[in-house]
Formats: sequence, structure tokens, C-alpha cells
Amino acid sequence: MAEPTSITFISRCAPYGQHKPKLCMDMALAAAVFEQHVSYIFLEDGVFQLLRGQDAGAIHSKTLGNALETLELYGIDKVYVDRESLSRRNLKREDLIIEVEILDRIAIANLLAEADSVFNL
Amino acid sequence: MKFSVVVYAAPYSSEAASTALNFTRAVISQGHEIYRLFFFGDGVHNANAMAVVAQDEVNLQEQWDDLIKQHRLDSVVCVSSAVNRGILNQQEANRHDGAAVTLNESSDISGLGQLVDAAIHSDRIINFG
Repeated sequence: MAEPTSITFISRCAPYGQHKPKLCMDMALAAAVFEQHVSYIFLEDGVFQLLRGQDAGAIHSKTLGNALETLELYGIDKVYVDRESLSRRNLKREDLIIEVEILDRIAIANLLAEADSVFNL
Repeated sequence: MKFSVVVYAAPYSSEAASTALNFTRAVISQGHEIYRLFFFGDGVHNANAMAVVAQDEVNLQEQWDDLIKQHRLDSVVCVSSAVNRGILNQQEANRHDGAAVTLNESSDISGLGQLVDAAIHSDRIINFG
């Protein structure tokens, strides 16, 4: 395969109720398997995917929060969260299930500008 | 310029699948190249060969099929999304005990590697849905 490219994923939907968060994660894991440079950004309601203490058993779904831990296993260590999305939902770093870097919007805009391709789901 | 188009949206449920179709047509008519169409999640329903649509309504599946054949586009539906929505080609139908073939012949079933490949080799990758 050609030189690795940088692919940035923006996950912007709440974890349950639709399939977009799972599709976004599946794409990112595939990109990591094919040895691309992956960045993953949680934006807007997407930050709810990171909440501790999720248990989707009651709605007969898989718990997405557990799946987030696989990001690191696949070598995706550039995981970012939008500061404004967190604060608007009254969430703090200690509410989140995995280690993330919290960025302001200008830093996120710079990340997107540097990416070769962006998936926004 | 080389474009790839990713469709997450089912036909008829939202405008996105129809917009993706129109966008793809516009790309071709402006003289650009479509590197690949990739149907993911509910988007795989766009390649359903079994759809029956009232005569006075737009048949999106048929229009995708016609466009893909006319321009010999590389069109892929994601295997995991397709199979659990009953979108099967002959090979998958055989594997699942002779279930019906429901995928339009103009599209292939493959994995997310084809999406990553499209991201690598396209100048622009445009998402709908």
C-alpha cells in the first residue's frame, strides 16, 4: 500500500439511538489496521460516548464505552475531545472513561486542516 | 480530480442518499473521476435489487444501478452492514443456506479496507448521511 495518509474521524452523535457512533469507530479501526495515521475527535453529543458507567444491557445493545478502550489496542492514541462540547454538557475529564486530550475549537480546526481526509459522522 | 463517495443513509428515509446520487452525477458531468462508491450502514439499502417503487416515484436503487453500469463505477457495499440487512450477493447467499440474492449485480460486497483504500487514493472523499 502507498505511504500512510492522515485520516481524522469526527464522532458527533450520542452513543445509543442510532448506528453512527459504531460506524465511525469501525472505520477508524479499519484505518488503523491498514496502518494509516488516525486521529479521533469527539464533538458535540459525541462526548456522551465517553461517559463512565455505561451499561447498554438494558436496551439489548453492546456498551459502546467498553469498545472505546479498543482504540488504544489498535494503536489509535490521538484521541481528542472538544472543550466546549464538554463544558456545555457540564462534563469534566474525570467523567470520561479513557484518556483524552481536551482541545479548543481552534486546535481542532488546525487538526482538520492538516488531515488528508476527514470522516464526520 | 478523483472523488470517492460514501453513503451512510438509506434511500427514502432522508434526502442524503438522493443528494449523494446527484452529487455523483455532477462529479462525472464536470469531467472528474469517481474512484469508488462505498455504501456503509443503512446505505447498503441503496444497492437492494428487490426494491419495488411506485411508478410515479423516483426509484433510487434503479438510478444508482443505472449510473454505476453506465459509467462502470467501482461500487462496494460493506459486507458486515450488507449481510445483517439481508443484502446478499450469490456468494453470500450460498454461504447462508441458499438465501435469496438481493444485491444489485453492479455492486460488489467487500470490507472496510476498500473504504480506507478509497481515502488513500482519492483527492476528495465525500460523505452523505
